[in-house]
Amino acid sequence: MNERCSILLERGRRIGHTAAMLEVRNLSLSVSIQGNRVEAVSGVSLQLEPGRVLGLVGESGCGKSLTAQAILRLGEFQGVEKSSGDILLDGESLFEMSDEQLRRTRGGHVAMVFQEPMTALNPVFSIGSQIIEVIRLHLDLSKQQARQRAIDLLNDVGMQNTEQLLKQYPDSLSGGMRQRVLIAMAMAADPDYIIADEPTTALDVSVQKRIIALLLNLQKKRGLGLLLVTHDFGLVAEMCDDVAVMYAGQIVESGPVKEIFDHPSHPYTRALMGCRPEVSQSGGSLPVIGGQVPPPGRWPTGCHFAPRCALADASCAAPVATDAWHEGRHTARCVHGEAR
Amino acid sequence: MSSVLRATGLNKTFAAGGMFRAIGADKKAVVDLSFDLQAGQTLAIVGESGSGKSTVARMAMQLLAADSGEIFWGDEEVTHLSGSALRSRRRHIQMVFQDPFASLNPRMKIWESVAEGLKVHQPSLSRGQRRDAVAAVLNQCGLDEGGMDRYPHQFSGGQRQRIGIARALIVEPKVLVLDEPVSALDVSVQAQILNLLNDIQKDRGLSYLFISHDLSVVRHIADHVAVMFAGHVVEQGAVADVFGNCRHPYTDALLKARPIAHPDERSPVDTLAATDEGVAESGCPFRNRCTVAQSDCAGFDARLNAQGFACLHPLNITTDE
Repeated sequence: MNERCSILLERGRRIGHTAAMLEVRNLSLSVSIQGNRVEAVSGVSLQLEPGRVLGLVGESGCGKSLTAQAILRLGEFQGVEKSSGDILLDGESLFEMSDEQLRRTRGGHVAMVFQEPMTALNPVFSIGSQIIEVIRLHLDLSKQQARQRAIDLLNDVGMQNTEQLLKQYPDSLSGGMRQRVLIAMAMAADPDYIIADEPTTALDVSVQKRIIALLLNLQKKRGLGLLLVTHDFGLVAEMCDDVAVMYAGQIVESGPVKEIFDHPSHPYTRALMGCRPEVSQSGGSLPVIGGQVPPPGRWPTGCHFAPRCALADASCAAPVATDAWHEGRHTARCVHGEAR
Repeated sequence: MSSVLRATGLNKTFAAGGMFRAIGADKKAVVDLSFDLQAGQTLAIVGESGSGKSTVARMAMQLLAADSGEIFWGDEEVTHLSGSALRSRRRHIQMVFQDPFASLNPRMKIWESVAEGLKVHQPSLSRGQRRDAVAAVLNQCGLDEGGMDRYPHQFSGGQRQRIGIARALIVEPKVLVLDEPVSALDVSVQAQILNLLNDIQKDRGLSYLFISHDLSVVRHIADHVAVMFAGHVVEQGAVADVFGNCRHPYTDALLKARPIAHPDERSPVDTLAATDEGVAESGCPFRNRCTVAQSDCAGFDARLNAQGFACLHPLNITTDE
């Protein structure tokens, strides 16, 4: 247990003098498109505290998954580069960590749950060997102890016949069951933060609700900080304490969940919420957003949403600050935020 | 009103195959399904993965033969047709798929893909006439005809779905079978496509057989709905009745699982245990997951009654029953 203890002690010391928080500070990321480096995430700041759920919402191509993966520096394997900014884990920069520290942080301190439960598990290893591998990677436990911990974790995520389950292979499980196994794996080393990238998108509706309940239950019981990456405002309404809305590489609005739903202050947030069929009357036309999301490299110099915005005028041609409109913790990157 | 697509007593069983033939059980994909789609109407078939809803779509298109039962396109029974006789009648009914990228040939220009149906159904048209027809249908689907010489990868997901719809519309069918047409799209693009489908329906008096797992989308677009569970239709009726006053516990479970619209609607979910398995082999297929199941459900022949549900212990009982 020595290694584990020292990690905990080290973590305790860190927490002692700075706020316990996972902080993305003014992060910009670039990707390579046809040989050119193009900015794909622009000056994103997020703060995730233990015990809270933060939703990062946006449509495909807005940069939300890039941001989430950058938190564990996973994007670097796919050619994503940081151009500026920092990521701080309880006050310590992830970019100053040694490879060994980074390895322990991934899964040990911050764990990930991915969208595709079908591809995130290795089909040729049993469920048991995959969970036990993660446990022993992070905790100094014997095989027997690790096995017992795997059983406890699977029980925690609502699985039955867990002894038997350890010997089974991923293909014998349904999508919902696999997602539970992945959540158990994420919990293996008692992380403080979980990043869940579209954790329910690939599941049937009735299964979705139970996975949501499970995640929230674990999050509350263990005081986890949960970053939920999603395109689904329904999921945000269901789970989040705070929300950050992304559009074309930028955070355009952020604040407490009720504030965002009651008074969406960025025209994009309002438009995106309005086109959901669950809030519309049946029949008739749904409100739509004209035009398309501009791809990285073709963003306007001023407000990124201006070309599609009904409120846009000359004042939108200059870059807009994240908190151009603000009221308490609720901010919107819009010079017309008052017009909400 | 007249019937444009009708199914009576459809059954389809897939045999357990491959190396597990000996140990696998045959899968009943569709059991005794009937519906009648009227001109200008939308019938939605909802269910979870594995419920048999896509099998219904393929049988309606006659891409898959039913084991028993009949399908009518308009007044004509088509289950016995094949080959050129069937092909010549395919103008009546066309299909739009979920993944518009996978359903477009990446090496064909957009206009060639869209015009393919014309080659079969109006072979006398010249190349110029075909291009004019493609331009017209692309315009109706909200696409600029200037893009017709481009390739599929040059279009976004929403645009590709518009192309998929244009390709189905070009032969002027009476019915579109839409298999999860908006599931792969972002919510803002989904709204555009749903509006387009509504406009086209009003314009052309088309009928839709709309396959979906998303009840919010179904409530928005459909007139009638059939709820499927494990191959059985467990509830069927007008959207307002089924969604407003559902009788089958499975419909109720699906409705309660819908995403909420506002954080104030949060409610505790008590079913934490993983019980999302277990189709009952006999009796009511839903009884293993059902909250109101009783012992008599094991012997229940799960067929729709005259009121449009298949349940011995229905919900929302009114006093006059």
